[in-house]
Amino acid sequence: MKINITVNGNNTQADVEPRTLLVNYIREHLGLTATNIGCDTSSCGACTVHLNGESVKSCTVLAVQADGASVTTVEGLATNGVMHPMQESFMQNHGLQCGYCTPGMVMAAISLLNENANPTEQEVRIGLEGNLCRCTGYHNIVQSVLACAGKK
Amino acid sequence: MIPAPFDYKRASSAAEAISLISEYGQDAKFLAGGHSLLPLMKLRLASPAVLIDIARITDLSYIKDAGDHIAIGALTRHHDVEYSSVLKQHVPLLAHAAGFVGDPQIRHRGTIGGSIAHADPASDLPATTLALGATYVVQGPNGTREIAASNFYKGFLESDLAEDEMLTEIRIPKMNGAGWSFQKFNRRAQDWAIVGVAAWRRGTESGVALVNMDSTPVLATSVSAAIASGSSIADASQQAAAQAHPSDDNNATAQYRTHLAKVLVRRALETASA
Ligand SMILES: Cc1cc2nc3c(=O)[nH]c(=O)nc-3n(C[C@H](O)[C@H](O)[C@H](O)COP(=O)(O)OP(=O)(O)OC[C@H]3O[C@@H](n4cnc5c(N)ncnc54)[C@H](O)[C@@H]3O)c2cc1C
Ligand code: FES
Ligand code: FES
Repeated sequence: MKINITVNGNNTQADVEPRTLLVNYIREHLGLTATNIGCDTSSCGACTVHLNGESVKSCTVLAVQADGASVTTVEGLATNGVMHPMQESFMQNHGLQCGYCTPGMVMAAISLLNENANPTEQEVRIGLEGNLCRCTGYHNIVQSVLACAGKK
Repeated sequence: MIPAPFDYKRASSAAEAISLISEYGQDAKFLAGGHSLLPLMKLRLASPAVLIDIARITDLSYIKDAGDHIAIGALTRHHDVEYSSVLKQHVPLLAHAAGFVGDPQIRHRGTIGGSIAHADPASDLPATTLALGATYVVQGPNGTREIAASNFYKGFLESDLAEDEMLTEIRIPKMNGAGWSFQKFNRRAQDWAIVGVAAWRRGTESGVALVNMDSTPVLATSVSAAIASGSSIADASQQAAAQAHPSDDNNATAQYRTHLAKVLVRRALETASA
């Protein structure tokens, strides 16, 4: 089936099998490999991207479901080589260790602040419950999000 | 994991969705948010030959004040239920419970209609709408009919919906200031409940339903009967599992589930009565 998805501001088109997962479209058809696959069962959040501005797990969305929509991956966050404040905040606050969960964490964290610009620490922890960090670096991830919200 | 191949069709109205499902019959399934169906298809626990995508039927995504009740379109996402000011005002228990479904990413995709049609006893919204005395509106080739939530759930992942019927609307009576509580007991963030309780109370009137205590969500009518006849909360909550047949699984034995149900019903009624 022919699909048309705006990814990081660029119009992309392809003829895909309906069973193609959005994450595979992003990684394999478009070669944007920052979005990771961790569990592949909608549990870990490594594959989190924005679909029309909201966080979703792209391992559990079909590319055909995103037809006509706008998708943002972590590659699309920087503008003119300047990192998004959330990326900057993860860097400043040591919010990553191996980095595997990071693209998904950053995308989930931006969506979280879009919905709640002024979260408490507890709200950040609950708001990121769909994202696992196998390095267990949660403390600094939470600090990064709070710092980005101007709360540290 | 990639699902087995299937044909993909898109419906732009309920009528079109029903005519498509009538055309493809048993081999076809509706696709709403996909957050129950796609995981099953990836694991090959379901392999429909045709998916009929109903998520683009935008006129079935709404939350409306309809006088004595709130009408919710079946394609309304958990996120929109959670944040709805109409629901926060008139059916706060449902808005609150929707915020406990999975995690934010799941709530951006999953729909209330998908959750109810899937009829998973471990899901939060079937039991919550049951406690609230909801009516479900379904549409088929021969028109629409209304089903009381208390008559809808027939068995594990089985409901009164016929194969060619679509759930279109959920109607919930306004709570009119009743006290309420939602108790979800799980061991890991984001998980389904090991046992959950949705409850409301207004004086001697109450509604209590249990998550994951049987092959269907359970209306704990003995608890409400005890409250109506003036029993204390402590005594009434001893009746929590009277209508339930819990089973053992990796997370809990039936005995432990029964214990949890009593404790959680007590807590829920204490909160709802405060
Ligand atoms: C990791 C994870 C954790 C989760 N945790 C929870 C949790 O804690 N609590 C909870 O309650 N749920 C949980 N869920 C399930 C989630 O709530 C699903 O979104 C929901 O159960 C199904 O809704 P959907 O719109 O995604 O339906 P789909 O997956 O699209 O459909 C589910 C089934 O219902 C049918 N269907 C869908 N819509 C209709 C309709 N309008 N009429 C007739 N049939 C229809 C489909 O054909 C399919 O058989 C979780 C899911 C995941 C992936
Ligand atoms: S890979 Fe999608 S949630 Fe883990
Ligand atoms: S930094 Fe390694 S998984 Fe999170």
